[in-house]
Amino acid sequence: MARIGVFICHCGENISATVDVMKVAAEAAKIPGVAHSVEYKYMCSDPGQQLVKNAIREKGLTGVVVAACSPRMHEPTFRRACAEAGLNPFLCEMANIREHCSWVHEKGDATTDKAIDIVRTLVAKVKKNKALQPIKVPVTKVAMVIGGGIAGIQASLDIANAGHQVILVEKEPSIGGHMSQLSETFPTLDCSQCILTPRMVEVAQHLNITLFSYAELESLDGFIGNFKARIRKKARSLDEKLCTGCGLCTQKCPSRRIPSEFDAGLGLRPAIYVPFPQAVPNKPVIDREHCTYYRTGKCRLCEKVCPTQAIRFDQQDEIVEADVGAVVLATGFDIKHGDFFPEYGYGKYRDVIDGLQFERLASASGPTLGEIRRPSDGRVPETVVFVACAGSRDPAKGIEYCSKICCMYTAKHAMLYKHKVHHGKPYVFYMDIRAGGKMYEEFVRRAMEEDGVQYVRGRVSRIFERGGKLVVKGVDTLLAARPLEIEADLVVLATAGIAQPGAEELAQKLHVSYDAHKFYAEAHPKLRPVETNTAGIFLAGACQAPKDIPESVAQASGAAAKVAALFSQSELVREPLIAVVDRQAPPVYSSCVGCFLCQSACPYQAIEKEEIRGRDGQLLKTVAKVNPGLCQGCGTCVAFCRTKSIDIQGFSHEQVHAEVLALLNRGERDA
Amino acid sequence: MPDFEPKIVAFVCNWCTYAGADLTGTSRMKYSPQVAIIRFPCTGRIDFMLLLKAFASGADGIIVSGCHPNDCHYSSGNFHARRRWIVFRGLLDFLGIDVRRVQFSWVSAAEGAKWAQLVNETAEHIRGLGPFTGYQRLRGLGVE
Repeated sequence: MARIGVFICHCGENISATVDVMKVAAEAAKIPGVAHSVEYKYMCSDPGQQLVKNAIREKGLTGVVVAACSPRMHEPTFRRACAEAGLNPFLCEMANIREHCSWVHEKGDATTDKAIDIVRTLVAKVKKNKALQPIKVPVTKVAMVIGGGIAGIQASLDIANAGHQVILVEKEPSIGGHMSQLSETFPTLDCSQCILTPRMVEVAQHLNITLFSYAELESLDGFIGNFKARIRKKARSLDEKLCTGCGLCTQKCPSRRIPSEFDAGLGLRPAIYVPFPQAVPNKPVIDREHCTYYRTGKCRLCEKVCPTQAIRFDQQDEIVEADVGAVVLATGFDIKHGDFFPEYGYGKYRDVIDGLQFERLASASGPTLGEIRRPSDGRVPETVVFVACAGSRDPAKGIEYCSKICCMYTAKHAMLYKHKVHHGKPYVFYMDIRAGGKMYEEFVRRAMEEDGVQYVRGRVSRIFERGGKLVVKGVDTLLAARPLEIEADLVVLATAGIAQPGAEELAQKLHVSYDAHKFYAEAHPKLRPVETNTAGIFLAGACQAPKDIPESVAQASGAAAKVAALFSQSELVREPLIAVVDRQAPPVYSSCVGCFLCQSACPYQAIEKEEIRGRDGQLLKTVAKVNPGLCQGCGTCVAFCRTKSIDIQGFSHEQVHAEVLALLNRGERDA
Repeated sequence: MPDFEPKIVAFVCNWCTYAGADLTGTSRMKYSPQVAIIRFPCTGRIDFMLLLKAFASGADGIIVSGCHPNDCHYSSGNFHARRRWIVFRGLLDFLGIDVRRVQFSWVSAAEGAKWAQLVNETAEHIRGLGPFTGYQRLRGLGVE
């Protein structure tokens, strides 16, 4: 006979404010098989856990239901407590009466009744639970970091410095990411490249880091501690071992008028190119789309001038396979481009540019060598209008969120402009100034007070050209709420920060969750900000949400610490929630009829054929067998099986059937 | 039937919809208490005979929800569930169960608001359809 203990948590007032916990405890006590039912203010606290442990020992409980928060929150806590009291941890279940009940319903009988239903359902389930033994798996102590921007660089260095091998995969020809494009960085105005490039070189020289630049993840299989990654090394059209990075080829290449990605389209580059002078690795790549040889079959000038014969026109993409134990996603962000703002003439007027383009104008390594000159005619702009929140916080544009970095970089842009063009007049149109951060508010004040940047609180409605000037029509909502018209020479839009174009596709390869804007979802918005819902895959930087450099670096170090913690153990304990095929005594051996429909359904190739032979070696039956190392416990095979011969531990037929019946109050017919 | 409060069972996957429903709670969004959740590892695990079992046990409506297409934690479980649902719809009709009593949806771990909306809409919808009265007959047909 089952002896189930039910433990109902008040969660302070989080549950007890809307659910009558006394009534739940009283009703639970009446459920057949329940030997013990109590409520307590904080079940997850030490005394709360002690209540559970004592009851297991004193009442000889055979199962435990903790009615509290989501199992995603505290299931491990209570399973550990049960184990400490000598009860198999898989005989403990959580009844989620907080996230799925008290927090989402108003106070009343219906809410309490639902809580009782949930408890009854889980009591019915736990009665069918079986004691299970965890599965131990080895950990491959190699991390793969995807994305070589500042977040990926930081994560790689931290993991490598902890003594573990790192594979860093970057899709562009060089690491560095958006940070390498920036001129100066707020709130200190130190040069971005000056602080970044030493880190890039460190990555290249670190003995524990293997860098795959110009490479992308092809696929990822496996599970925490035991992933198998396939990485596509895109053809550089170059033998990297022979290339010395002398740069002769890039100087001689005749196709020289290709918009440079690094200069955000403001500068030009040849078809064989290194994205920027400090690139790591400092080896060129041929852009086959624009190369004369690939387009017409003639040229091969780079091949002729190369002193080490490193050019390889026939090079193919190469697939590299690697075993990794953990993955850090650090793929960064993009900004909104294109015809997103027809009313602002973005994409139509050459002198309406975005923030990243302004960074290149202000950068000493940029197309104007750091002089602020407008793209159309190269003149120094006398009046510059900066438009903050261009797209951000604008539900009409489909972007409700704040892009977070724009208030600060707009202040920085206006300041840099003023530092370079002393007589210039910078205006900033803004909605609110969000300068939360160490020394951030002071920085914005400095722009206003010391550099005389004119801040106008209001939105810009339209930008159009008149007599060689850009007319910015807006409104000043602060003083007189008057319409405003400014004749500008250059307009800089702080366009919204968005997810990388390939973010969704990559998330699907890795099976990580993402939000409606394709930013990767953290496992918990507050308490697990660097983990994903997929064990062993961590997040760093702006791929999770728009972030500035300090936050990206902090998160990257956080992710690296998580990886180091994972690698500090040589074996991982995995939950044994996997499929098993029926086995029974002769002459049946197994109810499996060997149709292998399960094999076709399994996404992990975890189902093998097993031959059951008699003593004389004669083949009696061929049946399915689950490889416990490969099975991930999805249970798709279970629903497929025609003879109900395959079942999944933890979500077995018996368990879920009992749950359905109990939830609908059909009682203990099967008990 | 103004006083009718339907009993709705939600069969959801652990990775997307269960987590999405957790987020609804964490965000303190409110929804109708007539829906209770049963957790599965994946919608691919859901044997649709369980849905009939729920109807035979007195459920008035059912929600099945998992990860969006291509987002399945296990790669393809939700596709199997979708295919199974297409076949199962015809069977529902054959058994005399109004197909509108089953709501098949995708709710991701980040869609707390969508979960609340799905529950409220389904509850409203089932209220409109009235109680499911055919369950004894289902038992007569051998659905236990």
